[in-house]
Amino acid sequence: MTDAMWAGTVTINGHEGAELEAYLARPLSDRPRGGVVVIHHLPGYDEATKEITRKFAAHGYAAICPNLFSREGKGVSPDDQAAAARAKGGVPDEQVVGDVAAAAAHLNSLDHANGKIGVIGYCSGGRQAFLVACSLQIDAAVDCYGGFVVNSTPPDFPVKMTSLLSKAPDLSCPLLGLFGAEDTAPSPEEVNTLAAELGKLGKQFEFHTYPNAGHAFFAVDRNSYRPEAAVDGWKKVFDFFGRHLSA
Amino acid sequence: MCTYVTESFDCDGAGKGASGWFTVREGRVYVDHPYHSTHEHTVNIDFVNPAEGPSARVALELTEESALALVDAIHKALAAAPPGIASAKRR
Repeated sequence: MTDAMWAGTVTINGHEGAELEAYLARPLSDRPRGGVVVIHHLPGYDEATKEITRKFAAHGYAAICPNLFSREGKGVSPDDQAAAARAKGGVPDEQVVGDVAAAAAHLNSLDHANGKIGVIGYCSGGRQAFLVACSLQIDAAVDCYGGFVVNSTPPDFPVKMTSLLSKAPDLSCPLLGLFGAEDTAPSPEEVNTLAAELGKLGKQFEFHTYPNAGHAFFAVDRNSYRPEAAVDGWKKVFDFFGRHLSA
Repeated sequence: MCTYVTESFDCDGAGKGASGWFTVREGRVYVDHPYHSTHEHTVNIDFVNPAEGPSARVALELTEESALALVDAIHKALAAAPPGIASAKRR
């Protein structure tokens, strides 16, 4: 058993064939393994998200983070891409689904892939992880404090994000939700509403809301980082993927 | 939360970005997640030239207090200078 890995930038063809930059990290061992698609947060395809991607490889998964803002230009730095994408109101839901589908297909094309795919997303990526889990056939999904899953954006909000609650009947896999009690998007009330809906539908899910934590408690490079919530959260993520992504 | 709220204004000036000086055509101010600051939300100020692509950007990520201090400092600096000296109307 070796814990060595390969990590670096690859190119994949995303929604409607668009060329996307993506960060791939995979173990060098020849053991069969599941794949994890990491969905970055609104600030973009940054170093912290690449570190998360490598963390999955260190735990034995092939992991990939597609740069959802790749269309803002090849060679443009990720922060400028994020600012440009934000100025346009973010990226359309169907495009995200197409990009993640392509990323998942790339993982399944790699040697030693066992065919199982998990998705995990943070902040806006948490909402997108739920969206993907309701749009594609995957094996496990983790929503880390994704906003606007239950509530649509208010009428005076500059961009329109529709509630995903109506898609819940299509949830294709077990869902792990990790939230902060002090978060406002999603608020604990929204998390409770989502849990009630999934319970009514008989979906497999587990939600954990951490006290003394707000939005982005996993973000090690921000003041919002809460070590107790993050350490326990990571344990739950690896336990969850361990149960659902093994062959 | 991701606010997406953006205040934009026409701009006439110049800025120095990652690849050197460029003509600034638009300013954008938004309170949202930063890219580099360690705060969860900041007042982000971008000076851009959309015609030159996303890289033509000067970016600031400031706390609310710093952003308001900047506004105050601009007012004070303009009040201390001869009226209209930096105006686009001055030839």
